[in-house]
Amino acid sequence: MNFGEGLTPEAIAFGLFTLLTLGGAFGVVTTRNLVRGAIWLIVSLFGIAGFFVLLSAPFLASVQVLVYIGAIGILFSFAVMLTRGMTNLKERFNSQWWLAALAAVIAFMLLMVGVIIPVFGNTGAPVSDQVQTTVDLGVALVSGNQYVLPFEVASLLLTAAMIGAIVIAREDD
Amino acid sequence: MQCDNIINTLAPCLVQSGWNGDLANFISIFLGVVLVATFPLLVTIGLIWFERKFAARIQDRMGPNRVGPFGLLQPFADVIKLLGKENITPAGADKVIYNIAPPLMVMSVLLIWAVIPLTPIHVGMDLEIGALYFVSVASFGTLAVIFASWSSNNKYALLGAFRVVAQLISYEIPLAFALLVPVLLAGSMSLVDITNAQAGMWFVFMAPLSALLFFVSSQAETGRGPFDLLEAESELVAGFNIEYSGMKFALFFAGEFMHVFTNGVLMAVLFTGGYIGIGGIENSIPLLGLVFLLLKAFVWYLLALLVRNALPRVRIDQLMNFNWKFLVPVSIVNLVMMAFLFKVVQELGLAPAPGLENDFVANIPQTLVLFAGNVVLGLLILSVVRQNFRRERLEESAKSAIVPVGAGD
Repeated sequence: MNFGEGLTPEAIAFGLFTLLTLGGAFGVVTTRNLVRGAIWLIVSLFGIAGFFVLLSAPFLASVQVLVYIGAIGILFSFAVMLTRGMTNLKERFNSQWWLAALAAVIAFMLLMVGVIIPVFGNTGAPVSDQVQTTVDLGVALVSGNQYVLPFEVASLLLTAAMIGAIVIAREDD
Repeated sequence: MQCDNIINTLAPCLVQSGWNGDLANFISIFLGVVLVATFPLLVTIGLIWFERKFAARIQDRMGPNRVGPFGLLQPFADVIKLLGKENITPAGADKVIYNIAPPLMVMSVLLIWAVIPLTPIHVGMDLEIGALYFVSVASFGTLAVIFASWSSNNKYALLGAFRVVAQLISYEIPLAFALLVPVLLAGSMSLVDITNAQAGMWFVFMAPLSALLFFVSSQAETGRGPFDLLEAESELVAGFNIEYSGMKFALFFAGEFMHVFTNGVLMAVLFTGGYIGIGGIENSIPLLGLVFLLLKAFVWYLLALLVRNALPRVRIDQLMNFNWKFLVPVSIVNLVMMAFLFKVVQELGLAPAPGLENDFVANIPQTLVLFAGNVVLGLLILSVVRQNFRRERLEESAKSAIVPVGAGD
């Protein structure tokens, strides 16, 4: 196998984004400083945005940056900053560590099996060829015979969550 | 693509003179990236001088006038001074994050320039999601502020960051809603399509309220007066960048100046036709398009400077009230109204006929309808605001009538 042959710009970018994603994820679980953990998480999520770009899904890439870095990443680092006592953790494990490890290993195995089996077998046809450009995606989300119901249900759920948050945070008059 | 001249078509010209195709493409793209990243920085040097002169005139001062004619060389003297300064890193700082923050701040602004159409044929990258891209890279600026303040290990910096995050995240909402109106009118999120859709009529005439909303919220996004709570000198010493010195501070400073001008450029692209000039002259001489774009951007920039220097700083509760109780509802109502009116205009056949989109006269009917809608909505909003303030005033005077003077102190 000749390595130089497959080294297209896409392959280099894929390697770089993989490094960002996996390295960031590794940083999240190994660092003892919670703010640094949040920053590693942002690095990891940025790598995933890169994968979306490589998959020619610029809309998803942009939304990934907007939602996961712009909103969730900032919220995490903000919340962690407010709890100064928690910033540097002394203990590495708590008493339920084996439970968490077991769950993580099982989930990882399931994921790997799900990913690897299709690689060796027939990958099959794409589930849908409706969505090719951002315009198609927008039309698919609001057209009656495609995804309008899930779209509306999701927005209802988010609105309910927001109202719930306001009710909980509200002081009693 | 054919080789016309070296500025418009570099890659084909290099190939014609015997270069390797891939190498020629690479060099062309590389030069483009360098140019797009350097150009705003160079413009900023001039703008720093201009802003200091402008602010000085408003405050009845002379402004910089020692280095060079009219003090024109002052920014260069400043850069040399800043380069010579010691780069201090506080002992309790998180060194890596402390050093990442300043470049991240500049990056968040420079990245916006990648999708801005500079002339009809020069655009860094015509993304089909240009408008969304702009909103998402802006979030890196917020991240940079958080990084800087936390890693400095300074309570004033952290206090500054709490204000910034509250402010930047809140004002992103009306910004995005106002941004959606040009997207709606052009039927595309690509900034090139949005510019071209304004060949007949600028969107600022069809959607003046959206332009105003975008202008106000982008002013707040830059964190400049009257929204400069993040570096309120009298309260926070200097805000999130208190521990930074030398070139690292200069990067924050340059990032802020560049952001203001970039907002002017965005206003020009989204609402006043970008590179489109008089009588389609920019199509025959593309570089003239850049001149038109910068001229328009400069007008918006002047307006931003005027607002900054003329208005006093708002309080934090006023800032939040103004956003959540005024800008957000208004921007949502404005978007719904524009979507409705635009559909009505199309159904009634007032929209320009296919092929006539770039004609000024053909655009007048729909512009009149949309403009009238904006005026009606604006008057409604003003009357509601007036009612609210009158009620508040009456309550206040009723309260002060009952309570004896000095009883509450």
